[in-house]
Amino acid sequence: MSTPKWVVTFQIYRKKGNADPHFDEFKLEVSPDEYVLDGIERVWAFHDRSLAFRHACHHSTCGACGMRVNGAEKLTCITLIRDVTQDGGVLRIEPMRNFPVVSDLAVDMGILYTRMEMVEHQPVNSDAKEAIQPEARPAGPVGEEEDYIRLSDCIECGLCISACPISGSSPEYLGPAVLAGAHQHGIKGNEQLLKLVDSEDGVWRCHSAFECTAVCPSFVEPGWRIMDLRKQVIGERFKRLFRGSSPKIIDTMEASK
Amino acid sequence: MTGVSKTSPLSRAAKWFDPRARTISTIGFILNRITALGLSFYLFLHLIMLGQLAQGPQAYDGFLATVHSPIFVFGEVLVIAAGFIHGLNGIRIALNSFGVGARYQKATFLVLLSIAVICSLIFAVRIFTV
Ligand code: SF4
Ligand code: FES
Repeated sequence: MSTPKWVVTFQIYRKKGNADPHFDEFKLEVSPDEYVLDGIERVWAFHDRSLAFRHACHHSTCGACGMRVNGAEKLTCITLIRDVTQDGGVLRIEPMRNFPVVSDLAVDMGILYTRMEMVEHQPVNSDAKEAIQPEARPAGPVGEEEDYIRLSDCIECGLCISACPISGSSPEYLGPAVLAGAHQHGIKGNEQLLKLVDSEDGVWRCHSAFECTAVCPSFVEPGWRIMDLRKQVIGERFKRLFRGSSPKIIDTMEASK
Repeated sequence: MTGVSKTSPLSRAAKWFDPRARTISTIGFILNRITALGLSFYLFLHLIMLGQLAQGPQAYDGFLATVHSPIFVFGEVLVIAAGFIHGLNGIRIALNSFGVGARYQKATFLVLLSIAVICSLIFAVRIFTV
């Protein structure tokens, strides 16, 4: 038996060039088990071909389809319509906050990608071995442990930056995804990264709203990672206090043992 | 990020106080900001009021009469409540910053907020009945 259809009004944010933004309404018949992105694509396909939005993989891997759905940041390709509205309800679709709008729902995420590179965020999880337990391996021929790599949890969707109140008020703040990337990479023995993280716009700029963790679709837990980075930074500072002013020399001696 | 830099810092900061579509964690964030602003304002007011001391006993007696009015007593309850909320929430944030309990911050916030509310109520009952 097929699921009964719902009628849902998509209120979509529109902005082209320097024109003032406005919302366009589209009433669609949808299945509640479709995803929000399916509805947006249908608007583009059958109602307005000028609607701009980002999407690619449709399975929460590319991180392109982040938007605000009724105010909350969502990865629209995995957000079921039934989870965010009801029959006869409204879906207000807006671009992510804290990024410049290029057109309609598409934002320019260049600054996030640049900063992720700055903290040397790796597409492959650095604790891959630990993370890939035998039971979590894909079915099929079993190879050597090294054959399995685990991709990084963070898909660079930017939802955490959009939800962060501090990224909203301080554009210089590195932001949750970037700090989580630094945490994943590891700051130990990386002077440059430590300096970046232990700065005014690094971990100390966070004011513990924890909205990043709430909206992250990939369970990266940026809020917890920022707090853990703080602990590590404090630890490093203590070490320096007792080691004196030339930690690098001691590090070098230890490394050469 | 660059998308926000065109608006004024004040209007950007005003968005901190918008709880729509946000979680309980934002309520903690907002409460800490409101109580901090309230307590700073109180400190400022307190110093001005104390300045009355320098204007002789009569002025000071007048000032005492004013602060015993119900509206001032209510203000005092607000100050104490703000102190409890800000102080207890601050303990949570400080602990989290040392890597303690960050994964349980929501539950910690709810427990500490409940303690703050209970303590404020006890104080309110006492101050209005004694
Ligand atoms: S930390 Fe989570 S919300 Fe932030 S960019 Fe990465 S996957 Fe997206
Ligand atoms: S379309 Fe790739 S994550 Fe949604």
